[in-house]
Amino acid sequence: MISKIRAAGLALSIAAGLAAAPLTAFAAEGAANRAGADPIAGDGVFKAFHGKEGIDRLVDDFVVRVTSDPRIAKRFEGADLANLRLQLKAQFCYLVGGPCTYEGKDMKATHAGMGLQNRDFNDLAEDLQISMDKEHVAFQAQNQLLAKLAPMQRVIVTK
Amino acid sequence: MALLPIASLLVAGAAHAQDLAPPGGLTDSGRLLLTQGVSSVEGAAGGGIASWAVISGYGTRDSIGANAHFTNVSLPNFDLRTYGGSVGLYDRVELSYARQNFDTGSTGGKLGLGNGFTFDQDVVGAKVKLFGDAVYDQDSLLPQVSAGIQYKHNDRGAVIHFVGGKDDTGVDYYVSATKVLLAQNLVLNATVRATKANQMGLLGFGGDKNNSYQAEFEGSAAYLVTRKLAVGAEYRTMPDNLKFAKQDNWLDVFAAYALNKNLSLTLAYADLGSIATFQHQRGVYVSLQAGF
Repeated sequence: MISKIRAAGLALSIAAGLAAAPLTAFAAEGAANRAGADPIAGDGVFKAFHGKEGIDRLVDDFVVRVTSDPRIAKRFEGADLANLRLQLKAQFCYLVGGPCTYEGKDMKATHAGMGLQNRDFNDLAEDLQISMDKEHVAFQAQNQLLAKLAPMQRVIVTK
Repeated sequence: MALLPIASLLVAGAAHAQDLAPPGGLTDSGRLLLTQGVSSVEGAAGGGIASWAVISGYGTRDSIGANAHFTNVSLPNFDLRTYGGSVGLYDRVELSYARQNFDTGSTGGKLGLGNGFTFDQDVVGAKVKLFGDAVYDQDSLLPQVSAGIQYKHNDRGAVIHFVGGKDDTGVDYYVSATKVLLAQNLVLNATVRATKANQMGLLGFGGDKNNSYQAEFEGSAAYLVTRKLAVGAEYRTMPDNLKFAKQDNWLDVFAAYALNKNLSLTLAYADLGSIATFQHQRGVYVSLQAGF
């Protein structure tokens, strides 16, 4: 009986805690789960990427680069490139600490069944480095984004 | 003069490495620039004087990688040359070989060995990655950890025994932890080595002062300046087994530049302390590495 009361009390306090938590916190947590990482704190890295405009330019260049890279181009055959651009722009903007949310699917779901290998993951990272160079993103800021992307290897690479 | 053919071989090898490494084949050069470290003086992938946990070559877990290297360290009283090769299998196992020439030059005459007396040593190494990934695991502090073994044989047993060394052959065992901290642009390594080697084995193994295995430390820290350039420093402690000559710890500051995935150049200033009673052995370390 006592344990039931305790359990009920615990449930109540959890419910109260949930109700008290701001909804934005949940939205942020969901975005972090979908985007694959928490965003970088502060706006310094976002600025180093030249804001939303810089990220948009970067992603446009990056998508052209990966889809014409003979090493990995075939991985994008049949892909909806317009949507890929849209999602990458939102994800990168979110990860570098910009005022964006990523509403796309999580990294595991988006890469499921592609049979990607480490070489694909790394080749894509190299293309991203070249695109970041082209956008004149400082090397240190580049590595901040790569540090967020690197652990995604564990769910993206399945082969 | 014997160096030139080796250097040109390295460069020629690099020029053809892409042909040897077709995408999608058994080789892929699929890892990121500089993430394999460089070839250390004992042949293993590492810094210049330290062995690291990374596996030689740019091969991923689905492929193989390989390297050839030539290194020259010019000291006031000695020259150390080392050349060799290493193979990385599936980013898991590394096999390496290095041939070291420790040339006493005119110092050999002063030591009573004769001018140009040279100690030659073969180092055969194997390393296996145990857990962790130095590059991917950016969301944790867990390093990549590997265990390695180096079998060393020195061809100057008689001299080694004469100066108090116990053996011309020895085996080192080591455990290394390497971590790339991308967000901080840092590469850190720590290695613990069980060894009896005097001056890395160039003066044999064990001695009249101490003849048991000792745990020694190798530490490296590098800052990634650009994707192609890393600068850093290393420190390596050494046993002091011989009565006739005190052995100091080693240290160096270095810059490693990867021209591309097939060719890298390392320049360092190394302080190897006292060697065979000759003090302040400081000099320039140059290393050229070619591979995929």
